[in-house]
Amino acid sequence: MALVEIRDLQMHFPLGGISGTLARLRGRDEPVLRAVDSVSFDVEAGETLGLVGESGCGKSTVARCLVRLLKPTAGSVRYAGKEIATLDAQTMRPFRRDIQMVFQDPTASLNPRLSVRSMVEEALTLHTKFDAKERRARVEELMQEVGLGRDLLDRYPHELSGGQRQRVNIARAIATNPRFVVLDEPTSALDVSLRSRAILLLEKLREHLGLSYLFISHDLATVKYLASRVAVMYLGSIVELSDTRDLFAKPLHPYTRALLAAVPVPDPDARRDDFTLAGEIPSPIDVATGCRLRGRCPLAKPICAEKPPLKEIAPGRFVACHLVSELSP
Amino acid sequence: MTEMLEISDLTVHFQINQGAIEAVDHINLTIRRGEILGLVGESGSGKSVTSFAILRLIRPPGRVVSGSVHFDGIDLGSLPEEQMRRMRGAKIAMVSQTPRTALNPLLTVGRQISRLLMVHAGLSTREAEKRMLEMLRLVRIPAPEKRANQYPHQLSGGMCQRVMIAMALATSPQLLLADEPTTGLDVSIAAKILDLLRELSAKTGAAIMLVTHDLGVVADICDRVAVMHAGQVVECAPVRELFHNPAHPYTKALVRSIPRVDRDVVLEPIPGSVPSLVNPPSGCRYAGRCEWAMDRCRVSRPPMVEAAPGHVVACYGFEERRGTC
Repeated sequence: MALVEIRDLQMHFPLGGISGTLARLRGRDEPVLRAVDSVSFDVEAGETLGLVGESGCGKSTVARCLVRLLKPTAGSVRYAGKEIATLDAQTMRPFRRDIQMVFQDPTASLNPRLSVRSMVEEALTLHTKFDAKERRARVEELMQEVGLGRDLLDRYPHELSGGQRQRVNIARAIATNPRFVVLDEPTSALDVSLRSRAILLLEKLREHLGLSYLFISHDLATVKYLASRVAVMYLGSIVELSDTRDLFAKPLHPYTRALLAAVPVPDPDARRDDFTLAGEIPSPIDVATGCRLRGRCPLAKPICAEKPPLKEIAPGRFVACHLVSELSP
Repeated sequence: MTEMLEISDLTVHFQINQGAIEAVDHINLTIRRGEILGLVGESGSGKSVTSFAILRLIRPPGRVVSGSVHFDGIDLGSLPEEQMRRMRGAKIAMVSQTPRTALNPLLTVGRQISRLLMVHAGLSTREAEKRMLEMLRLVRIPAPEKRANQYPHQLSGGMCQRVMIAMALATSPQLLLADEPTTGLDVSIAAKILDLLRELSAKTGAAIMLVTHDLGVVADICDRVAVMHAGQVVECAPVRELFHNPAHPYTKALVRSIPRVDRDVVLEPIPGSVPSLVNPPSGCRYAGRCEWAMDRCRVSRPPMVEAAPGHVVACYGFEERRGTC
């Protein structure tokens, strides 16, 4: 059994406004934005699963459903075998200790009016029975774990650099000894040299503390470095899910291929795959039937008018494309 | 002389209570006609300040302490403000990192571009309108007639960046300063913006100074690269030469510190951090982070020496290593 199992996860947001009201008055279904449309995957204990895709593909919404900042419209989220998709705030609470999240913006996710110590300690006050002395000791241990000096404990967020702020966020997330941490673009806001250090820190913590990560990013190079498996999302659905090595060696779904081809490589002599898609990501409000990439894919055929299922075409390799047998050797 | 832009001995300080922040320290750079020069380095290395200094947009507490910027043989420092104003936008244009905040939220994007054309190129309303639509088409904005009547908040980030580029290129500038034009954009959009810049430079012969911290972007479109660290240019070379034979320890460290999609690497973060630029170390500013630093490096600043034709580097260690072989 995997640590986290997600099945047919759906998250729809009502569009509201005048069109919503009109639809209701006319007795029709209210128009919705299908941010996540039937997503399924597992995260095994101790692994890092990368979730990649471009802005608006629904990757952060998946993350928010997993940590239950959102209540999914439908589908199942099982953590260690227990269903958490339908829990209310009260019954969800014991799970919060085990499931934590680090957000993209290291500044906005810290409370500007709390010191580093109070912020890290808050998690312990809420979720453990530690007394004040034990909490103190644990906070200092955590600071050491994430590579921050004890002298920073009484500082406030504005007195820290971006890299230090992200470390505080990480310290806070691992304070309660979680087993599963969702990392939503944790390195995007950091400068080059800080980014590589944050990547190494996350890797060290995973090994050291036996964590499992869902690592969300649009930075494919970082995902390649950290993740053992990668899921690629496009307009609310997973189009490819595979072992990292295989995915980067030979992307099979046309969307994955175009995404990889677009990454600039720090090598002036690199041979570029000039595979590109037409146009830009359409609005997720009016999604075409069938394959969602159909309108942009240079390989599209009439069969693409039918929705392609996410098929396992080799052990552990899933692709949602009708043409994939033609694409693979 | 084929240099379009010549920066000599430029120094910019920002006065704060604790002293002067030496943001740009005696740098020399040249950009040739039609060339794409990459300016790379970590945050706080002085990349953006350099581009603001070129446009003479350093405002107090900032101050250009020394040096000159020659554009097409004209000393920009000595131009009266009125003439400098005509340079900006018309001859030297800029694309900033945050397109949404650089655009006026109260004007439609079409209006902003045509107004610029009326001011700088003296076109009539109708001509400006026509040329504005041409520009939007040039940067591949779909349905330009419709988009021209929209406000910045109605456009996506990539679309706003394209509007900025259209605006910057509307007056056919000879030099484009692009400050992190693809940062924060999705890879596929970023790739399109880069293709567009390369194509436009080839078509119009405009030179581009591309400020970035992404070495992938540099390898992708730049002809030459200048590496900056703590306000100083430490190395400058043609792009192939820089990636194949990096001479400065900082350049080497920068290349080793990034994960990449094209091969498996062992990440090695750059040791230490950028030194404080208030009373910075007197010698090489990288000495405190450099594994090969010698006593000499901490005392005096290494001069620029030629490592190969067109490839210059400021490092005592490099001279020493070369001397031994």
